[in-house]
Amino acid sequence: MNLYSLRIDDHDVAIAADSTVLQAAQEASIAIPTLCFLEGLSAVAACRMCLVEVSGNDTLLPACITPVQEGMQVHTATPRLQDIRRTLIELLFTEGNHVCGICVANGHCELQNLAVEVGMDHSRLPYRFPDRHVDLSHPLFGMDHNRCVLCTRCVRVCDEVEGAHVWDVGWRGEHCRIIAGLEEPWGAVEACTHCGKCVEVCPTGALFHRGDTTDEKHSDPARLQALMQARQQQRWNP
Amino acid sequence: MEPVSPTIPRKQRLATVWLAGCSGCHMSFLDLDEWLLELAQQADIVYSPVACDRKDYPAAVDICLVEGGVGNTDNLVLIQQVRANTTVLVSFGDCAVTANIPGMRNMLEGADPVLRRAYLELADGSGQRPHAPGIVPELLERVLPVHEVVPVDVYLPGCPPSASRIRAVVEPLLRGEWPELSGPDLIRFG
Repeated sequence: MNLYSLRIDDHDVAIAADSTVLQAAQEASIAIPTLCFLEGLSAVAACRMCLVEVSGNDTLLPACITPVQEGMQVHTATPRLQDIRRTLIELLFTEGNHVCGICVANGHCELQNLAVEVGMDHSRLPYRFPDRHVDLSHPLFGMDHNRCVLCTRCVRVCDEVEGAHVWDVGWRGEHCRIIAGLEEPWGAVEACTHCGKCVEVCPTGALFHRGDTTDEKHSDPARLQALMQARQQQRWNP
Repeated sequence: MEPVSPTIPRKQRLATVWLAGCSGCHMSFLDLDEWLLELAQQADIVYSPVACDRKDYPAAVDICLVEGGVGNTDNLVLIQQVRANTTVLVSFGDCAVTANIPGMRNMLEGADPVLRRAYLELADGSGQRPHAPGIVPELLERVLPVHEVVPVDVYLPGCPPSASRIRAVVEPLLRGEWPELSGPDLIRFG
């Protein structure tokens, strides 16, 4: 196995040459905040939370999709990066309608936790309060676009793991939103197998079980990793 | 030589204000229970919907906890008085910090659609718009977080902030120190 040596903050790391900077950081027990990234799904660098500084590079690079290189020097928590991460979280909070106190995911929300992690005690940016809708056409689940951060985990898990590709991304800019089927009500999309994987991987309260009320959604992304592992080891083959 | 008089430390002047919010933050303030007795020894409560009868916001207030967003013309007048007469303005709870639940009416885009929705469209047939100029304060077009209207000194998020979280802010302020807030116990929304 070809190994690369690199330096992340004050740690020397040696890791397989086909790894990403995020994997190398995890190897060195350095926590880089992530939101759209989820072990078991393809990485898309949508949220930019994992941006790092790499010596010799003018631009910031998303750790989840940046391959390691020999001799790379990575900085994960400079004041500049910390300020950018807080601004990103403020952008997400002000761009949608995130009302934590009455959310199904209150207390178990990755966005809410990231706000604490980046030290957001208020938003320095004005709130937009966009007019968005809630899709309750599915018999088991609901989709509240007010709480969606467009991480596309639902799109990826449905396509890559369930193989149904119910979800996709429609429109552009401020109108960008997750769509079901060909922009249909979720309940009308026959491809949906009702498996609930999208609900399980959603980092916020955007996708939820219809019976859930405030604080009741407890997602466990580790279940996806257990499923992927079982498939890989063919543990459930007849 | 002049006799030296012992210096009695001046009691801090504390106020709490209720704007567009549910009063839950004030209920949480009352959850401070027996610590309220200590608070009463260290501070004079000079204006508060739960601890004082005074109707006009007084001058020279040291610390003010402001619950709620700025949602109507009364809120707007009061928050400006609060800012002008207060040294340390604390944005108290998620409605003050983010507009939170009162801010959900902002999605209807304007005071008129909100009143129409609440009093006519959702009425059982006998609905009518309230009209009492000078008595019922007019809604502002949008509910705003306090810091989008006047400068804020300390942010105390939570829906509501727990009593221990409130104490973590008020206690250092009474000592003349700045509260250091971080971590899920002190700054998590919701």
